[in-house]
Amino acid sequence: MKTALIFIETSQGKIKKSSQEALSVFAGNEFNLITCSVGEDSSLPIELKSWGVKKHFVCEGLKTYNPESYQNFLAQVFETTQPQFFLASSNNLSRDVFPRLAAQFNAAYMSDVTEISVSPELVVRRPLYSGKCSAQVTYTDESAKIILIRPNQIEVKCPNKSENLDVVKLNVEVKNSRSQTLTIESGETEVLDLTEAETIVSGGRGLKEAENFKLLHDLAAPLGATVGASRAVVDLGWVGHNLQVGQTGKTVAPTLYVAVGISGAIQHLAGMSGSKNIVAINKDEKAPIFQKATYGIVGDLFEVVPLLTEKLKSL
Amino acid sequence: MKIFVCIKQVPDTETRIKLSSDHQGIDQNGIKWVINPYDEFAIEEAIRFKEANPSAQVTAVTLGPQARVNNALLTAMAMGADDSLLIDTESELDSLATAKALSAAIKKQGDCHLIFSGKLAIDGNLSAVPLMLAQLLDIPHASVVSQVSYDTQTITASREIEGGTKETFKLTLPALITANKGLNKPRFASLPGIMKAKKKPIVVLKLEELGLESLSPKVKFTNFDLPAEKPPCKMISGDPAAQVNELVRLLQQEAKVI
Ligand SMILES: Cc1cc2nc3c(=O)[nH]c(=O)nc-3n(C[C@H](O)[C@H](O)[C@H](O)COP(=O)(O)OP(=O)(O)OC[C@H]3O[C@@H](n4cnc5c(N)ncnc54)[C@H](O)[C@@H]3O)c2cc1C
Ligand SMILES: Nc1ncnc2c1ncn2[C@@H]1O[C@H](COP(=O)(O)O)[C@@H](O)[C@H]1O
Repeated sequence: MKTALIFIETSQGKIKKSSQEALSVFAGNEFNLITCSVGEDSSLPIELKSWGVKKHFVCEGLKTYNPESYQNFLAQVFETTQPQFFLASSNNLSRDVFPRLAAQFNAAYMSDVTEISVSPELVVRRPLYSGKCSAQVTYTDESAKIILIRPNQIEVKCPNKSENLDVVKLNVEVKNSRSQTLTIESGETEVLDLTEAETIVSGGRGLKEAENFKLLHDLAAPLGATVGASRAVVDLGWVGHNLQVGQTGKTVAPTLYVAVGISGAIQHLAGMSGSKNIVAINKDEKAPIFQKATYGIVGDLFEVVPLLTEKLKSL
Repeated sequence: MKIFVCIKQVPDTETRIKLSSDHQGIDQNGIKWVINPYDEFAIEEAIRFKEANPSAQVTAVTLGPQARVNNALLTAMAMGADDSLLIDTESELDSLATAKALSAAIKKQGDCHLIFSGKLAIDGNLSAVPLMLAQLLDIPHASVVSQVSYDTQTITASREIEGGTKETFKLTLPALITANKGLNKPRFASLPGIMKAKKKPIVVLKLEELGLESLSPKVKFTNFDLPAEKPPCKMISGDPAAQVNELVRLLQQEAKVI
């Protein structure tokens, strides 16, 4: 039987949705399913059993994130389990560790995979050029496959099993590390990151000035949305670069993307046209954003957005 | 002190991607090739380091077909890099094979002090080559860096990740940094810079000269597709209040997203 190893991330003791998506790839298939995670979560083993996981490696004592220590831990698990697949969710943490692991073990590496099936045969696809096209990933040899999965692309389906789970605790020594974590300052935001969000409300130069981003935050609240932006307003300094959507910002694919006062330049469209539903609010009926939108409102955002916010609040 | 900057040439962001007739790649006709935008931050950072440390020598490194990628090196040298290293190959390599070639080429130059690269190339969107290179060279890294300060034996680098969290690491040199937007403001190449660049040396290496004649990718991209055509946008008419009511109705009943 083939072994699939999955790196699990948790939030408040529960398996993150993005990690459940990675687990779902193997649900209902014959795999020796092994997981690993960093930090103690007492209820995690119970949850893992329902996914049919047979063995779980947990790294205790790593209090703060450090790429070298994480790599050491994952390398130990990799060596012990010799997996055919090693999956994780694609994010700034996994992209900070797994490429090194791939080089260390001479494994095939692919990030931001949006489609994957492992049975009856392996089929993997992902976007290229920030979504301007997509392609199949073809493997040329039998090396282990490290695959990072883009959040919100794979349906979560838990097989509700109850296997016996073997929990193995590992300790990673950090000795004379060449890479030392000095500080980790948590962002003030509780909201999901753009790349994980299911709903995004994005603003562009049409908002006229930085203060008016408040209109978007007000609209985002009843939708439970994350706020994004076009590059134009990032360059103007109205919001930080971590909010930029597009070919030189974040590629996003939420269920609902609301573009407010954004013209729809090719670089912006590249980053968001994978969204399932797109609403465009723009006063110019010829704005290119309408070519990608599902629903369009031609109008003054300063009239439309507050009305929309009120309407959504009343639901 | 040797400083390397890894640069990749990519299609300009304005490019409308078309597929080749067999759908096994993109149609490269008419593409305008530019330096990957994130690599401009890497070049700028290397040049600033050199300006602060005159003993530093900045080498731009790229892998690709010489006839095409030569221009990227000229631009980097016009911005201020001292010389270039070009690994000339037509092969479609994957991230790991590219990193192996870059690491062999860099090792050949002797000791290195710092390596700068972009955080991601906007063509493949992989974010993989630099960290693989760091692993193969056995040096520490910090990725997606938007702030860095230098000391004689160490550097301190910060990055911003999901949720606005800021992580700061201290690395022992030699080390590799992948640059994010915000790290600096890349300069434009000046006219004298462009003239000078023409006289700066470009060392061209073939994979065979690196002992890598049998280098091959573990992953390949095949069966390309363009995004599915979207049905035309439903334009919602009426006064703002009517538009908003209709939009909310559609989102609830048709799209079923709220
Ligand atoms: C190398 C490179 C990389 C780039 N990468 C990115 C990227 O990653 N992401 C990105 O977004 N851009 C990127 N760009 C920039 C891109 O080309 C556009 O300049 C940018 O997206 C425009 O932002 P915008 O739509 O907010 O502004 P504009 O194009 O100025 O559009 C403003 C829109 O607001 C509308 N508007 C104005 N007032 C109102 C009102 N009262 N009510 C309703 N609508 C109103 C206008 O009709 C207009 O359509 C890149 C450019 C380059 C050269
Ligand atoms: N062919 C290449 N030659 C030189 N540097 C490269 C090459 N490919 C990638 N890089 C570097 O690695 C970074 C990330 O690229 P990627 O891993 O392809 O997303 C780029 O910004 C470059 O700095």
